[in-house]
Amino acid sequence: MTQTADPLLQDIIGPTPGQLLRKRIFGHQGLLIGGVVLALLVIVALFAPYIAPHDPYAQSLLARMEPPVFLGGTWEHPLGTDHLGRDYLSRLIYGARVSLMIGVVAALISGLIGTAMGVAAGYFGGRVDAVVTFLINVRLAMPVVLVALAVVAIFGGSLTVVILVLGLLLWDRFAVVMRSSTLQVRGREYVAAARAIGCSNTRIVMSEIMPNIVNNLIVVVTLEMAHAVLLEAALSFLGLGVQPPTPSWGLMVSEGKQMMLFEPWLVLIPGFVLFALVLAINLLGDGLRDVTAPENRN
Amino acid sequence: MRFPLLRFILKRAGLAILVALTVSLISFSLLFLSGDPATAIAGEHASDQDVEAIRRIYGFDRPMLVQYWDWLVSALRGDFGESYYFKLPVASLIMDRLSITMTLGVCGISFALLTAVPLGVAAAIKPNSLIDRLALFLSVAGQAMPSFWFGLILIVVFSIQLGWLPPSGTATPLHFVMPTIVLGYYAMPAIMRLTRAGMLEVLSSDYIRTARAKGAPEGLVMFKHALRNAIIPVVSLAAVQMGFMLGGSIVVESIFALHGAGYLAWESISRNDLPTVQALILVFSMFYIVFTFLADVLNAWLDPRMRAG
Repeated sequence: MTQTADPLLQDIIGPTPGQLLRKRIFGHQGLLIGGVVLALLVIVALFAPYIAPHDPYAQSLLARMEPPVFLGGTWEHPLGTDHLGRDYLSRLIYGARVSLMIGVVAALISGLIGTAMGVAAGYFGGRVDAVVTFLINVRLAMPVVLVALAVVAIFGGSLTVVILVLGLLLWDRFAVVMRSSTLQVRGREYVAAARAIGCSNTRIVMSEIMPNIVNNLIVVVTLEMAHAVLLEAALSFLGLGVQPPTPSWGLMVSEGKQMMLFEPWLVLIPGFVLFALVLAINLLGDGLRDVTAPENRN
Repeated sequence: MRFPLLRFILKRAGLAILVALTVSLISFSLLFLSGDPATAIAGEHASDQDVEAIRRIYGFDRPMLVQYWDWLVSALRGDFGESYYFKLPVASLIMDRLSITMTLGVCGISFALLTAVPLGVAAAIKPNSLIDRLALFLSVAGQAMPSFWFGLILIVVFSIQLGWLPPSGTATPLHFVMPTIVLGYYAMPAIMRLTRAGMLEVLSSDYIRTARAKGAPEGLVMFKHALRNAIIPVVSLAAVQMGFMLGGSIVVESIFALHGAGYLAWESISRNDLPTVQALILVFSMFYIVFTFLADVLNAWLDPRMRAG
């Protein structure tokens, strides 16, 4: 429609909201960089079997700790090999699967729990709010790393256990943000109007409240994804997360630590990729906040 | 209504105690989450009679709530039972290790405040300037930096390459430099952002315009009028961060081999030493609860508007 409009008319009407949004998205450096890096890592994780040059589990005693190509290695192993002769690049590529899987699924679980609690607290207020606020306080008082380590130690380290533990622990920020967002929109006219025409609570929450707070939800999803990725890496680094031989970046840093004195790249490379992933997720989240709610900047 | 501050304190203290009790119940139930604690103590090769005997000695055959009550009453008296691994009273084990963790925590939060507050203020005074960009860069990088990786990089650079700082241990103050930076950098981004946002808000307020209009010197405006008001939420955040940091020191202590309470937690978890783990979860939670309580009281005292809430 905009193409056929009179150019003069368009000058008067000005850009449409959609055009403004597109302009904000493409004018936001952080959002673009974060989005592109994250998209690349997702593609790498999805197509890992086609991209990885070697089997990430295949050991070779004859080719142990070969340096990366920029430190005098060969293109056979572009990022060298680890202490068991496994191709480092292939392990990094498969490691993206572990990190992203943990980030996405843990954020999904904690998002469901926290959003349900927060929206219920904000919408119903009163006793529901008191109970939820109390639960948030209790959750915040528990040291996350310590509790996660203890639970993983009890149930044994595996991808599923780590995902579940993080998912069940990281709902606090969802609850806090969703509660205050719901409180903000609860008193608006359109909610009162929906109530006046006899809408059910479910309907008011699902079609009046949720669409208006979903932008805050998306920002928290990115924050908690980053949080979960970092925590998994820390747990695996401490030996109580994902277990060997699974290629987890935190575990790779931990394994490389033994040889850090002579081969610092064993630690530097997986840590840097981890840093890049978390940075990309955070930039994307910050960018989404700026773009969807420009008044909240700073 | 008389004594509003006192009422606030009492109400807030009641909440803190309730939270503490709930946390204690959760950390106590960890023992039963792990399956049969008697088998864990007896070891894999113990006979059934041995396991039964241990069950009776430790009192695991009683109802769970009775056990919880006993555990709670002794915990309040400072008795957390005996460590399965060290065969020592858990309380004295933790007390021995706590001083290192506390030192690290205090150094870490001081480092975070001393870097974050000036940077945040400078960034707010000149938005979009070079220093604002630097502050933003530091905080964005800090939020994405895995602390264990950052610690290892510092060791590679400052211990292995340059030989300036010792890589592990607690013998001298120098040993605390790198752990302080790693732990402090973890808390810095949030404090920096809050200082900057608070200063920006305060600087655009009417009373700052008034102060400037009546000709108050810029330094006085910044520090007496602006920073004093902007710093209130920062105090509260710093207390919360301090609580998180003590819990997060487990990673830092394991990298730099500081034998504090965090390291003890990691050792005990690896060795299935549940009484120690329970006690540590409770102790770290208590620190958090006490710090946030103090911060809220301090806030209410500094800012009367908060007492209403």
